[in-house]
Amino acid sequence: MIPELGHFVLWLALPLAAAQALFGIVGAHRGSASWLALTPVLARAQAWAVLIAFLSLAYAFLTVDFTVLYVAANANSQLPWPYRLSAVWGAHEGSLLLWALVLSGWTVAVARFRSGLPDAFAARVLGVLGLISVGFLLFMLMTSNPFTRLLPAAVEGRDLNPLLQDPGLAIHPPMLYVGYVGFSVAFAIAVAALIEGRVDSAWTRWARPWTLAAWVALTVGITLGSWWAYYELGWGGWWFWDPVENASFMPWLAGTALLHSLAVTEQRDAFRAWTILLAIATFSLSLLGTFLVRSGVLISVHAFATDPARGLFILAFLVVAVGGALTLYAIRAGTLAGGSGFALMSRETLLLINNLLLAVACAAILWGTLYPLFADAVGAGKISVGPPWFGLVFVTLTAPLALLVGFGPLSHWKRDEPRRLLEGRWVQALIAVAAGAALTWHYDGGIGTLIGTVLGSWVIATVTIPLARYLPLRRVPPRQLVGMTLAHLGVGAFALGITVASLHSEHRDVALRAGERYELSGYIFVLESIRPVQGPNYQAQESSVQVFAGEDMITTLHPQKRIYLVQQNPMTEAGIDAGITRDLFVAMGEPVGEGRWSFRIQVKPMLRFIWGGALLMALGGLLAASDRRYRRGEVVSA
Amino acid sequence: MKLRMFLPLLVLVVLIGFFIVGLQRDPTVLPSALIDQPAPAFVLPRLDDPSRTTSLDEYLGAPVLVNVWGSWCVGCWQEHPVLMMISASGEIPIYGLDYKDDPQAARQLLATSGDPYTVTAFDGDGRVGIDWGVYGAPETFLVDADGRIRFKYVGPLSERAWREELLPRIRALREEGS
Repeated sequence: MIPELGHFVLWLALPLAAAQALFGIVGAHRGSASWLALTPVLARAQAWAVLIAFLSLAYAFLTVDFTVLYVAANANSQLPWPYRLSAVWGAHEGSLLLWALVLSGWTVAVARFRSGLPDAFAARVLGVLGLISVGFLLFMLMTSNPFTRLLPAAVEGRDLNPLLQDPGLAIHPPMLYVGYVGFSVAFAIAVAALIEGRVDSAWTRWARPWTLAAWVALTVGITLGSWWAYYELGWGGWWFWDPVENASFMPWLAGTALLHSLAVTEQRDAFRAWTILLAIATFSLSLLGTFLVRSGVLISVHAFATDPARGLFILAFLVVAVGGALTLYAIRAGTLAGGSGFALMSRETLLLINNLLLAVACAAILWGTLYPLFADAVGAGKISVGPPWFGLVFVTLTAPLALLVGFGPLSHWKRDEPRRLLEGRWVQALIAVAAGAALTWHYDGGIGTLIGTVLGSWVIATVTIPLARYLPLRRVPPRQLVGMTLAHLGVGAFALGITVASLHSEHRDVALRAGERYELSGYIFVLESIRPVQGPNYQAQESSVQVFAGEDMITTLHPQKRIYLVQQNPMTEAGIDAGITRDLFVAMGEPVGEGRWSFRIQVKPMLRFIWGGALLMALGGLLAASDRRYRRGEVVSA
Repeated sequence: MKLRMFLPLLVLVVLIGFFIVGLQRDPTVLPSALIDQPAPAFVLPRLDDPSRTTSLDEYLGAPVLVNVWGSWCVGCWQEHPVLMMISASGEIPIYGLDYKDDPQAARQLLATSGDPYTVTAFDGDGRVGIDWGVYGAPETFLVDADGRIRFKYVGPLSERAWREELLPRIRALREEGS
């Protein structure tokens, strides 16, 4: 009964979303007050329908209802209940439902906090969001219904992919989706502005906290994914330049550019058309990510659901949504140009360079991700672009970014003097060089380490200056400034972490039997014992590895090799001792005879700076989004 | 209306064109040009001894699995126990193609985790991989006694994939041959 209810309300959500789009867009066009008033009501009704559908599916999972095909394919009676819940979005159909739920969540939030926007504009934004909802609901109902019955019922379920049976991965997709889908708000605002044919600082001010919130969620989501890959995939890598990872990283880069460009449009009324284009591009890249993951166009370790029919539908959706927005842009954006001029040396110019670098990085990653597809399409064979390409692109483009971020927050709008900007910067330059040299000496690094650590230290030393100027004033600095400073500090920490962790990690694959030891980077790893352990739905071999630094025992690690009973998949659970300065990592490989097992042992210095830096960026974004001037809701016209 | 404002739309149109072509090609199957065609020939240094070369021809006459792997590849680490099991079963020899790898790391991995391969060819720059239409590791090809590619499995092999996809095909090849 409950699955039918879910299926029914999902069908109900479709006309509601269509009506939300119709009443919003046409209502704003006709200027009909009653239509405008109806739009938020329809948005809320649609959200309720999607929520009930989602809860129905969750209920089917919690009660392990194997008469539902999707449940039978992705759960098992032995599966612990938290994973039964996360299994709702563990595969294609359910993750689409989560997508739709998150979208209606954002829609309701827009409907709730629309005060301060003209009614017609808010209705248009809701209307565009309704159109996106229609697309996703149709997609689900036509190609990927999560409520399809399986009769007669399966006796036992196929269980959730063991890779996904992990707390990190249980919350990673929802966070990622909140980010992805959150950019739909900026997209809807941009399209609404194009329909109206004008861009003013009122809507850019209104758009900023929404974009920030989506960006924060995406940052956290990507960080969680990277952290998960590190401890769960068993290799100790934290980023693989896998197409699916790239799919989440591209909207992040575009979104980061959008945040900076929005600042210019809000403060100086410049870059209007560019900001609009970035808002469209950011959400389009989110859609593209969905397409890449779901269509099977690119094969990657992450692509667990591939189906050409689904791919074709998303492609059609991409054509309508992105093509429509870009056509509108082509026709209308020319009329948006204008805004205030600025001198060559100004904050505008620095932010323009920031935007260019981020956009080029994004384009390069898009190119690298899709290159195998292009090569295949023109008959050059199926080939892959490896991590070296991405690494090179990333480093070349982010190094100048790190240098500039030191000047950006110090520069003046409109016009600045290079002399003024450089004055006194020798202090920070000295600090950066000293810190970088010390770190390079400590890790016995080369020129790469030196450049990376100097740049990272430079960022940290310079971005705190504007905040430091508040100290003698004895005033509380605005949250936006604190947020920006934290986020930029995160960039510095990230640069330090990425440099040291990539260039100075040590790893060895060794065969050990109980009682044997291995020394790596000054740490002694002693294999105490290997014993079998029994989990709820898996069997495992667990090692006990003691780690010593000299005479002192630091920790005991317990890496496991699990076999999940239903799918017979081996999984590696690494034993990790996390620290600010270094991570100790031991993963079990295979038995290699004579009581020996292979182990992968790693010592990774400053690894936590990478995720710590990313989380600082997210925290900074959160603070900035909650700045007072965004909360008031009043609109100051420019 | 300015012409350059149409540029983003143009980019989208080009992208969509490639996607439409890409969608009609299933990346999990062999490019149709290679099905039942002779496996692309190669001569490569051996991983264990780069001074000697190896080619697949030396091992033909009976069906053989060609496994494309690399020490950098997550999926290969995952499928390794299955390969060890296949190798121990004696059902079919496995010919390794170490793809775009650091030979030192690859040798060390085999030394510590076990070596399921009869012999491993070292394809450092991935040229042979390109000939074979390799998108990424791991990929496993089934080559028949006459050196024709008969089947390709993309992604890490599981015990189930071995049992249900590869083994029946290998047995069918044997029937065919005898």
